[in-house]
Amino acid sequence: MDLNLMITSFPKLLNASIITLKLLSVSLFFGLFIGLLFAILRLNKNPILNKFAYGYSYIFRGTPLLVQIFIIYFGLGQIEGLRSSFLWVILKEPYWCAIIAFALNTGAYTSEILRSAFQTIKPGFIEAGKSLGISNKIIFYKIQIPIAIKQSLPAYGNEIILMLKGTSLASTVTLMDLTGVAKYIISTTFKPIEVFIVAGGIYLFMTFVIHNLIKYLEKKYSY
Amino acid sequence: MELLAFGKTGWGDELFFATLMTLAVSITAMLIGFLFALIFTPLKLSKNKFLNLIGNFYTTVIRGVPELLVIYLFFFGGSGAIMFVASMFGYNEYIEINAFLTGSFAIGIISGAYSTEVFRGAIQSIDKGQFEASKVLGFKKHIHFFKIIMPQMLRLAIPNLSNVWQITLKDTSLISVTGLVEIMRQSYIAAGSTRDPLLFYSFAAVLYLMLTFLSMKLINKLEIKYSRGF
Repeated sequence: MDLNLMITSFPKLLNASIITLKLLSVSLFFGLFIGLLFAILRLNKNPILNKFAYGYSYIFRGTPLLVQIFIIYFGLGQIEGLRSSFLWVILKEPYWCAIIAFALNTGAYTSEILRSAFQTIKPGFIEAGKSLGISNKIIFYKIQIPIAIKQSLPAYGNEIILMLKGTSLASTVTLMDLTGVAKYIISTTFKPIEVFIVAGGIYLFMTFVIHNLIKYLEKKYSY
Repeated sequence: MELLAFGKTGWGDELFFATLMTLAVSITAMLIGFLFALIFTPLKLSKNKFLNLIGNFYTTVIRGVPELLVIYLFFFGGSGAIMFVASMFGYNEYIEINAFLTGSFAIGIISGAYSTEVFRGAIQSIDKGQFEASKVLGFKKHIHFFKIIMPQMLRLAIPNLSNVWQITLKDTSLISVTGLVEIMRQSYIAAGSTRDPLLFYSFAAVLYLMLTFLSMKLINKLEIKYSRGF
């Protein structure tokens, strides 16, 4: 055990975990909107929109995240039209490519979580709203969404933790996140166990915090 | 399309064998995971606090740390650990361990943590009366487990195990970083030498989709078989 290495690498790894947290929060933010959009499409009665949303979630949940990142980072640059368009400013950055891949991926899982949450809302709530003369829009925003959020919190908490672990894949497209820096230190010092303990400890601490935060929210929103 | 043809001109046959490799690693990892689950499920269910702690430590750490980090630990640490043991016996040459074995082992440990949770949940949701009845009837220990508890546990566990299988199958893409030629690695090589990453990575995605789709069909059949009589 090389305690010295553990102490010296701790600040470096802690610094790198800021990038991990940034990747996580930005992709969760966009992923939530994508998830909500596709959950609504899934519940739509139009079969084309419905099938489209189902196909989206099937493809993104059935393939590894690594493939998705590689298609976006290495693959999209091949399309001539994209390279000359304004989108290239975003797509040439590994940081944004990783975020696009993460957001699309977590969006697919989130859409499934939200869909099942919407489906478990008792029709009585909506009928009650309608009979009170509340408009459809307000029923959706003030009745359906709050209930769906409460229903989906435990599953969404799991998804956040899965996504936290998923951000480690950003290191494969040259980003120096927590795993990227850990790998760099391992490959220069050849002391994998020490680095694993420190980096793994930081990840475990983050999962611990997320887990408790979700638990707190669950308690707050329960009735 | 020629790039995906079989034979010398295309990458079809290479990708076909890479797909077999992915399947082989996934199955090996899943089986190694079952072995881990066999050890750690009793620990998690044990009444002894210390054994309980070991079981919880395993599942918490593995499920809370990124898969890639675990793979790096085994990739860089595996040969070091074996060389350390060998040096105690006076052998100081460099030893390179098989990428297939390290990869399957790393993924197996991860898959084992998920399997442990599934088996624990399944055993806990078997009716207590079943354990008591088999005790009262005086069944031997192995008959009690294999003929009474296991069939009931499998019925409850199979739907969740199919999720573990999906996770394991997708996790094998990560061991491409160790150089094992499975779907991801082969696509990386092909994309590098033909400069057509979009085609090859998209094709890799199709291959993974095919694997998940076919395995789901198979698991659904198993599910029907084990839920006979319910």
